[in-house]
Amino acid sequence: MDKTILIELSYIVSAVLFIYGIKMLGSVDTARRGNRISALGMFIAVVATLLVQGMQYQYIVAGVIVGGTIGTVAALRIQMTSMPEFVALFNGTGGLASLLVGWANYQARMDGWSEGVPEEELISVVAIFLAVLIGGVTFTGSLIACGKLAEIPWHIESRLKKSETGLVALLLKAVRWPVKLTLDSKPVMYKGQQIVNSVLFALVLVCGAAFVYDPAGMYLPFLLSLVLALVLGVLFTIPIGGADMPVIISLLNSYSGLAACAAGFVISNTVLIVSGSLVGASGIILTKIMCKAMNRSLANVLFSGFGSTTTKTAKSVQGEAKPITAEDAYYVLEAASSVVFVPGYGMAMAQAQHAVRELGDLLQENGAEVKYAVHPVAGRMPGHMNVLLAEANVPYEQLVEMDDINPIMETVDVAIVIGANDVVNPAAREDEGSPIYGMPIINVDYAKTVFVLKRSMRAGFAGVDNPLFVAENTRMLFGDAKRSVEALVSGFKS
Amino acid sequence: MQLDLLYLLFTFVLAIFLGFELISKVPSQLHTPLMSGANAISGITIVGALIAAGNVENPAIATFLGFVAVVCASINVTGGYLVTDRMLAMFKSKSGKK
Repeated sequence: MDKTILIELSYIVSAVLFIYGIKMLGSVDTARRGNRISALGMFIAVVATLLVQGMQYQYIVAGVIVGGTIGTVAALRIQMTSMPEFVALFNGTGGLASLLVGWANYQARMDGWSEGVPEEELISVVAIFLAVLIGGVTFTGSLIACGKLAEIPWHIESRLKKSETGLVALLLKAVRWPVKLTLDSKPVMYKGQQIVNSVLFALVLVCGAAFVYDPAGMYLPFLLSLVLALVLGVLFTIPIGGADMPVIISLLNSYSGLAACAAGFVISNTVLIVSGSLVGASGIILTKIMCKAMNRSLANVLFSGFGSTTTKTAKSVQGEAKPITAEDAYYVLEAASSVVFVPGYGMAMAQAQHAVRELGDLLQENGAEVKYAVHPVAGRMPGHMNVLLAEANVPYEQLVEMDDINPIMETVDVAIVIGANDVVNPAAREDEGSPIYGMPIINVDYAKTVFVLKRSMRAGFAGVDNPLFVAENTRMLFGDAKRSVEALVSGFKS
Repeated sequence: MQLDLLYLLFTFVLAIFLGFELISKVPSQLHTPLMSGANAISGITIVGALIAAGNVENPAIATFLGFVAVVCASINVTGGYLVTDRMLAMFKSKSGKK
């Protein structure tokens, strides 16, 4: 059989395996097998490509060994709590790869275009520009998202306080300003931001048009659009705040797929187009789900830092929070026959997931029915809390979604809120002036008793007051979430 | 050529629809693994990278860019799949089976 046909057939096989793999990722029982099937699809695609006529293998082997080692070591070493930043980082490398594929093809083919581009290759030229543009935005956007998620500015600040003298401190001081400027987990906004972004975007399009018109002669506009794409990735991501990260990660995920898709059009390769668009579509759907879970439009997330669109003023919260000691909380829990945990990003920060599971198990031994209710945007990426609880060996049958827990919330004896704030804020339901009004929440305030584990009375990410904390049935258990939970655990053990 | 382009676009549009169909049914507790699994699939751009790095007729600069692309795409592919596998290994049901 002709080798080209064999290669094309292998691509079809791997596309089928990707589709099948994604389908199986949709259910817990088959998900792991699904991921492996999709990996097999990737393997087949790579092997088939190696059979292409006229290949030299030394650079390929070197590249695969270097990249494969980095990827493997990173994947096996990372902590589950750092998952969001690593997914962002891996995503960025995919975007960069697509950019480079576009650029390499331009370098290889531009001599042939010096007499004008033949009609049948015009699509490649347009696709090269798109691969560079989308790939570039994905790359730097993901890097910024990764830095924001890893809270790098905060780490620098805390290092600075400890080592105030010496070379290290000098270095830290030197990088503090640019890092803070781009990587702060709060939105970074400045006047005329959208005008700057629009002007730069228009400039990219102009460069792109020039490039498509005469690719061989327009090398500088090409490089300029490459640089601008990288700059735009940064500028698009810095106004996004920490709480909006689930949206932006999903969106960047979608971009990386579309960049691969563009690379597919560059080399007229169907497997790239199919898998790239699958990823693009999946990212868009996740983005939509995340936006819906926050009751905001994508445009609102992308272009305005949180809360800047509301004109009405929120009601200020009246009343006093009622603190409770771990010992008293233990007595209440001992008598409870149904308990729901509502985790948020604070649980990840305190690394409290194992202690929480231990408490859950003890409650169950004590005869209570235990569930874990997870809000779709709890944490910093879609499904973040589920991964952490799974890491702590919480069986997935105990994990329930918002829509399933809300109808039965009134029958729950104790709802324990751990490091969550905005996703349980009743103001979203009741106070039309609140910036988060309309966002679906987990109605913990309907439970008979609510324990809120919290460091202090600080407002949440959104900076919105939370009437839950002063509600009649709420008791505040102040302190580090992990220690508080451990105190409850030791109550059950003694 | 017209037909070729149309055929590629046709593939593109169908795949987008297929993607929408497949993903809308995924429960929210699997969103993280789904995302990182999809992320690994976007590393398919490695195919383009391999061709760019391996084509003997390519000028040196294209080969070099291709080489860097192979490195990046390999990170994306191996890292993405392994991390997803690690995460999914943790999702256990009460009976202990996966």
